[in-house]
Amino acid sequence: MIKIKSIRKDWDLIESLIKDKSRILDIGCGEGDLIQQLERNLDARVHGIEKSQKLAQKGIVKGLNITQGDAEKDLLQYANQSFDYVVLSQTLQAMVQPKKILIELLRIGSKAIVSFPNFGHWKIRLQLLFNGKMPITTGLPYSWYDTPNIHFFTLKDFENLCKEMNIIIENSIGLTDRGKQFTINDSLLPANIITNEAIFLLSYKNFEPIKIKSTNKIFAKNSAIIN
Amino acid sequence: MENIEIIKDIKLDCSFAIFNDSNLTLASGTVLKNFRLAFKTFGILNKNKTNAILICHALTGDQYVTGTNPITGRDGWWSRMVGPNKPIDTNKFFVICSNVLGGCAGSTGPKEKKNNEQQIYGGDFPSLTIKDIVNAQTKLLDALNINQLFSVIGGSMGAMQALQWSVDFPNRIQSIIHIAGALKHSAQNIAFHEVGRQAIMNDANWHKGNYVENNSIPERGLSVARMIAHITYLSEDAMHRKFGRKLQSRDIISFGFDADFQIESYLRYQGRSFVERFDANSYLYLTRAMDYFDHSETFRKTLQFVNSPNDHIKYLVISFTSDWLFPTRENKEIVEILNNLSKNVSFLEVDTDKGHDSFLLDEPDLDYAMKGFLESNYGKIDD
Repeated sequence: MIKIKSIRKDWDLIESLIKDKSRILDIGCGEGDLIQQLERNLDARVHGIEKSQKLAQKGIVKGLNITQGDAEKDLLQYANQSFDYVVLSQTLQAMVQPKKILIELLRIGSKAIVSFPNFGHWKIRLQLLFNGKMPITTGLPYSWYDTPNIHFFTLKDFENLCKEMNIIIENSIGLTDRGKQFTINDSLLPANIITNEAIFLLSYKNFEPIKIKSTNKIFAKNSAIIN
Repeated sequence: MENIEIIKDIKLDCSFAIFNDSNLTLASGTVLKNFRLAFKTFGILNKNKTNAILICHALTGDQYVTGTNPITGRDGWWSRMVGPNKPIDTNKFFVICSNVLGGCAGSTGPKEKKNNEQQIYGGDFPSLTIKDIVNAQTKLLDALNINQLFSVIGGSMGAMQALQWSVDFPNRIQSIIHIAGALKHSAQNIAFHEVGRQAIMNDANWHKGNYVENNSIPERGLSVARMIAHITYLSEDAMHRKFGRKLQSRDIISFGFDADFQIESYLRYQGRSFVERFDANSYLYLTRAMDYFDHSETFRKTLQFVNSPNDHIKYLVISFTSDWLFPTRENKEIVEILNNLSKNVSFLEVDTDKGHDSFLLDEPDLDYAMKGFLESNYGKIDD
């Protein structure tokens, strides 16, 4: 089978985070190009959910499993831990209740992949600082009054929310506005300033019960630690 | 010993599968010793028999899915969907469509003769369910030597049959397209059916179903039943768009009970023309079969526990935004169970104001989705 070459750089990065033959749910899958890529390249079992009828039907005719529906209302139908990965690409900032969505992602999938535009990017900071107006960039091209993006947040905001929700960041990749990719955690550069688009691989903390000698009480210890 | 005969009827332009001593046991417990199904096929069955599609018709449909219906002289009921280069492409697929058991276009039903007797069934016909209708269809497929269906497709009562196929015979099907149906017939739908049935049964010409022997037809009752049902197939918007309050062949109201309004005239016409092509008893039996349809408890359980070999099935569920007879919400119940059990399901809600009847009307998005679904998935199997 010929591998599909991605039409978007972030899709290749998403693919690189996913193991072969996984079960994947893409929320806001559009016409299904990402899941089609993952199905072919990773031999994955893929599903998508998409709000727009026109986009959903374009995906269905490709032979993909796509449910037309609203991510904020229709995720309940998916069973706990029924997917290996749940992908939310460039959509979190358009959700009414982003925190609730994050909870849902990790209820349905053992891992979640979330990508979003970083509002902390230096160009956005400069636009707001010097123009005094809501920034308009290639990644966030809308005027404030007609944007689907209703929750703006930065890399730091997102990391803090994960911490608060006891979500582990297993991997995080930044893309600069020129498409240069780097690992956010290892970066010596100020990631929140140079990251134009961020891709996070998330999971819940796995609690490992350990025995303390003096008492027989069981305590929980994080198997992984956020730095 | 079961004895099956397939004959062609030139005049009726269809075939008959005649089952003698086949002892079809109905859900009610009654055994139908002999029965026959009228059917038509279109296209060519390929060598490996992987391209067969069964189309299940709705309440008042028949085997004349495409081409010309010799009884009415009009195009088949789904001519825009089925045919060469149409969404269900008969250049690629071998399409089978049979008149349901209990119907009145040639299959065994209330207007046909009893087991090799001269007397016709009339009101003595046994009570039917969708399950019985599907069981009879499997006998037809056996008779045609077709073990596997690439797809079972149906809208409304046809959707119920498609769902029943996926429950009872998952290993005989690759996919289903379920259009404007539900897990169960709702209380409101049963209510509308009951009003229609009461109209028929209160017609003095009905004679407890034995009107043929009494040389009468419950025309008035049947046409009122059709008028009521026809309203449920439309939507308020479509009715307003098409008729509004426009008057029929007059400039001012009559201050009487003539068909002043176009909508009245239209419904009267629908009622009148229906009587010419449909049997009142069939209407009673088939509406009842729909009322009895209920998989609200059993669908999930069957998928989970009884019929495990359903992971290969591709389900496509389609609803219409303006359909209030089988609304999106009820179609979605099926999708939610399938998604909950991680089955291969797609769901589409087509935006249209044409109501429940949308699946029979010009709806390009429906055509596009169905054609694409069938052909992309057909490409994934060997032929």
